[in-house]
Amino acid sequence: MKKLLVYMKGYRKECILAPLFKMTEALFELFIPLVVAAIIDNGIGNNDTGYVIKMCLIMGTLGLLGLICAVTAQYFSAKAAACFAQKLRHVLFEHIQKLSYTQLDKIGSSTLITRLTSDMNQLQNGVNMTLRLFLRSPFIVFGAMIMAFTINTKAALIFVGAIVLLSIIVFGIMLGSIPLYNKIQQKLDDVLEITKENLSGVRVIRAFRKEQEEIEEFEDTNNMLTTLQNFTGKISTLMNPLTFIIINFAVIILIYTGAIEVFNGVITQGAVVALYNYMSQILVELIKLVSFIILLTKAVACGNRIEAVLEMKPDIISPNDETACENSSYIIELNHAYLKYKNASGFSLSDINLKIKQGETVGIIGGTGSGKSSLVNIIARFYDIEKGDIFIKGKNIKDYQKDNLRNLFGIVPQKAVLFKGTVRENMKWGKKDASDEEIINALTIAQAKEIIDNKENGLDFIIEQGGKNLSGGQRQRLTIARAIVKNPEILILDDSSSALDYATDAKLRKAIREIKNNPTVIIVSQRTSSIQFADKIIVLDDGHAVGVGTHKELLKNCSIYKEIHDSQFGTEES
Amino acid sequence: MKKNLNKKHTINKVFSYVSKYKPLIFLSVLFAAVSVALTLYIPILIGNSIDLIIDKNNVDFDSILKILINVGVMVGITSALQWLMNTINNFVTFRVVRDIRNEAFRKLQELPLSYIDSHQHGELVSRIIADADQFADGLLMGFTQFFTGIVTIFGTLAFMLSINVKITLLVVILTPISLFVAKFIAKSTYDYFKLQSEIRGEQTAFVDEMIGNQKVVQAFSYENESLSRFDEINEKLTKASIKAVFFSSLTNPVTRFINSLIYAAVGLTGAISVINGVITIGGLTCFLSYANQYTKPFNEISGVITELQNALACAARVFELIEEPPQTPDEANAVVLSDVKGNVSLENVCFSYTPEKNLIQNFNLNVKHGQRVAIVGPTGCGKTTMINLLMRFYDVNSGKICVESCDIKNISRNSLRSNYGMVLQDTWLKNGTIRENIIIGKPDATDDEVITAAKSTYAHSFIKNLPEGYDTVVSDSNSGLSQGQKQLLCITRVMLSIPPMLILDEATSSIDTRTELIIQKSFAKMMKGRTSFIVAHRLSTIREADVILVMKDGNVIEQGNHKELLNKNGFYADLYNSQFSI
Repeated sequence: MKKLLVYMKGYRKECILAPLFKMTEALFELFIPLVVAAIIDNGIGNNDTGYVIKMCLIMGTLGLLGLICAVTAQYFSAKAAACFAQKLRHVLFEHIQKLSYTQLDKIGSSTLITRLTSDMNQLQNGVNMTLRLFLRSPFIVFGAMIMAFTINTKAALIFVGAIVLLSIIVFGIMLGSIPLYNKIQQKLDDVLEITKENLSGVRVIRAFRKEQEEIEEFEDTNNMLTTLQNFTGKISTLMNPLTFIIINFAVIILIYTGAIEVFNGVITQGAVVALYNYMSQILVELIKLVSFIILLTKAVACGNRIEAVLEMKPDIISPNDETACENSSYIIELNHAYLKYKNASGFSLSDINLKIKQGETVGIIGGTGSGKSSLVNIIARFYDIEKGDIFIKGKNIKDYQKDNLRNLFGIVPQKAVLFKGTVRENMKWGKKDASDEEIINALTIAQAKEIIDNKENGLDFIIEQGGKNLSGGQRQRLTIARAIVKNPEILILDDSSSALDYATDAKLRKAIREIKNNPTVIIVSQRTSSIQFADKIIVLDDGHAVGVGTHKELLKNCSIYKEIHDSQFGTEES
Repeated sequence: MKKNLNKKHTINKVFSYVSKYKPLIFLSVLFAAVSVALTLYIPILIGNSIDLIIDKNNVDFDSILKILINVGVMVGITSALQWLMNTINNFVTFRVVRDIRNEAFRKLQELPLSYIDSHQHGELVSRIIADADQFADGLLMGFTQFFTGIVTIFGTLAFMLSINVKITLLVVILTPISLFVAKFIAKSTYDYFKLQSEIRGEQTAFVDEMIGNQKVVQAFSYENESLSRFDEINEKLTKASIKAVFFSSLTNPVTRFINSLIYAAVGLTGAISVINGVITIGGLTCFLSYANQYTKPFNEISGVITELQNALACAARVFELIEEPPQTPDEANAVVLSDVKGNVSLENVCFSYTPEKNLIQNFNLNVKHGQRVAIVGPTGCGKTTMINLLMRFYDVNSGKICVESCDIKNISRNSLRSNYGMVLQDTWLKNGTIRENIIIGKPDATDDEVITAAKSTYAHSFIKNLPEGYDTVVSDSNSGLSQGQKQLLCITRVMLSIPPMLILDEATSSIDTRTELIIQKSFAKMMKGRTSFIVAHRLSTIREADVILVMKDGNVIEQGNHKELLNKNGFYADLYNSQFSI
């Protein structure tokens, strides 16, 4: 949490002024019991109506001054908190942009989204309330105590005792119930998980007739949650009655002590009333303080979570200046490349050697988990390899600036992701200044032109978030078009025609081969039909390249390739 | 008008849940009334005792001690009652919410699939979890503060009247001012809050999209654009946020100011009354403390009312789910199938998800036991619709589907579904051990049976290598298993119970072809003598089918076996030949 305070720096003025004005307001409030005491002792004591009126006017003035201070304080704290949150959101968002795939895998996007939104809101609220209350409440509590000392030391000692006892109880109950609240949250998460799981598996559950068991499981967990809530409730509801007892017993002792002091002529009756009023002020302030502390602990927890993300240093670092490309006859070259994912026990890719010439079409095939996507990901440096070297156009990829490297590639990821906005806007992800002509050309190649032809507003057709208003196959073709708009030197299709039927898939491959600037194409697929016409096919098995060659060569001398092929076509065709 | 009716309905519904705990609620109200009365009486006693502390050598210690002992006893009772009341309130609230959650979840099990498919799961979950939670918060606050607040107001009023009528009138006339001001501020800040939450929504949607797809953002070097678009929204949000927070935070200081004016006014009239001998100094102290207490519940209650409204809105959302019409229940005399051979027939079946778009029309099919039916067609042609109808996840609009010449509408759902073994494209694992996941269809299976089934689907070898073997805990979202491995588990699940009819939905698409070849062998074993419906892309699977249904745009356009369809030279032939073209 501490490190986040750096982002308060620009708002030092507001951060000092807000509590300061708040304290001034509190100070005015603390004077009120003294004024009341004066009214009782001097005004009523001497039957002086004029004095009473004067004092009441003073009370009104104190209230007005308090109002002015409070409004100023509220403004400064609202501003400081909102600006702090803005800055922090910016920094966090920027930071996330720099994280590597490995780190994104580790944190998970849903976590990052929560950090940026709800955690941030809680934190902003926490900062706002801290600026307002952090100094005010203790100031009133201790201020009331000090005021008591100015009236009478013996009585003031009762205040000291009461405050110590109250602190012990308030913090004791809070510290005791925080872990319980965490447990409740966990149980609630369990209930949520069961509900989510039930919905996502609704067909299987009904097919296996498991409805009744699901209900039983839900009710069990729900009961556990309720029991825990009741238990915690019993403890946390102790807070109010206990503070009530302590304050009131303090009042009893206070009045008795006050009586003795008055009897001995040490203080006046008005002073006793003032002491009593101070005690009441403490009670009111304490209630506020408790709810504030609960809010603060939540905010600090949120702050810590945000800080944890900010503390992750991006683990793929690219140089700021770069050397020119060396001449090489190969556009892509892998020398003994090994990849190991974080926390994985073994290598996901082992000893991959590969040389690809400009303009070649390369197919990558292999079973589930054989490392096909991994191979593509290391070529574009989404993951750093553990051992070995990768050269693009003769230069080590670690010597490329990140953007320069990525600009060489047009990538179609496995998951067809589109963004909210028009088709045109989505296509411009590939090339900021792409003309409509370029876009339509790319759509034609990707067999996606008919999608917009069928829409009334063509390129201005608005894609909903996540591409919900398109079918899986349509999304896939549009993501292919998006990569082609970029007019990349290397086009990577990562199993991205799985939702296309064979006919469309075939047309797509043909069109790609006819692209004008003749890009190098890498096709990852599980279907031999998608890659059998490639210049070179790499067969992966458990992270090892077990065969490299053309379709015909591999059929002859790569048993795994032949098995894959036969499983799809049956033996009689080959 | 309708809105009011709905609200009334929601309130009635809340009462029907709460009324189960009537005696407890009665106790809670009683405790509240007593503890509030005592809380209010204590200042009077304190005031009396202060009146006895007059001057030097003029203090009635005996009487003071008596009063203070009384105060002590009352404080003790009040605290105990407060604690009991709060505990009861907690108990009732949590129970009510538990009951509502249970009922909502039960409802979920009976809702027609069409409802679940057409609603976002996240939204349904949030009704059962978040909305129920919000409702609990509101209800609890309502229980604890609403009633005590009202009792406090009337109690204070009564006690003040017992001391002095004039000053009481002064307080009663002046207090509404602070309420008006508070209301005025709330009303004028509403727009700012609305704006703030709108922009927040916009920002969340943006973040959701960009961060959710961060890998694509990076692959297209879109980071800077993304950041600048984010900053734009961020700037807007900050501006709206400052206004909303600032203006709303005026409520407290302003009401405090007005209260302090009232305090001063009470002080003034009170002090003058003391001078004139109308009330005592103790009475004045009492009044000052009441003046503070009297205004507080008004502010609290207005807070509680907004909270309650929010709670009711949340409750309405949960109730909406609970009151959704369930699927047509099984008939009382529904048939329980026995000795199913696997004869399935569809007669003049018409079906569509929405009335505007006709899908399947007058479809006829006769499947004899042991036959293999393959459903093929391009993406989105409605292949899964067939499964929905066969399993009776959806009901046909007209026509009928018969199993062993019995209309499935007359068969109990449990009996119908127990005769099908289903493997879906979307694998689904329950949170639990691998074993629990496999025996889901046959809970009394022995370990030997489980292992035999796993061996026959070739899942045994990878399960064996997991850290805890068959006792490894997996879940749908976080299993550490590959898609293919999950698929194998789902197949094993069916393999274990082997019902007479099978439904396989592209079940092998995410398993690599080598593994698939092995699985197909065991499938062949499993399918032998069993009627099976297969939705698949792979032509090798389809070629061996007895009947191929070729679907396009939700309709079955061709029907026949591989050779017949090829000779027909229609859509199927096109589809088949495209595999070999380039």
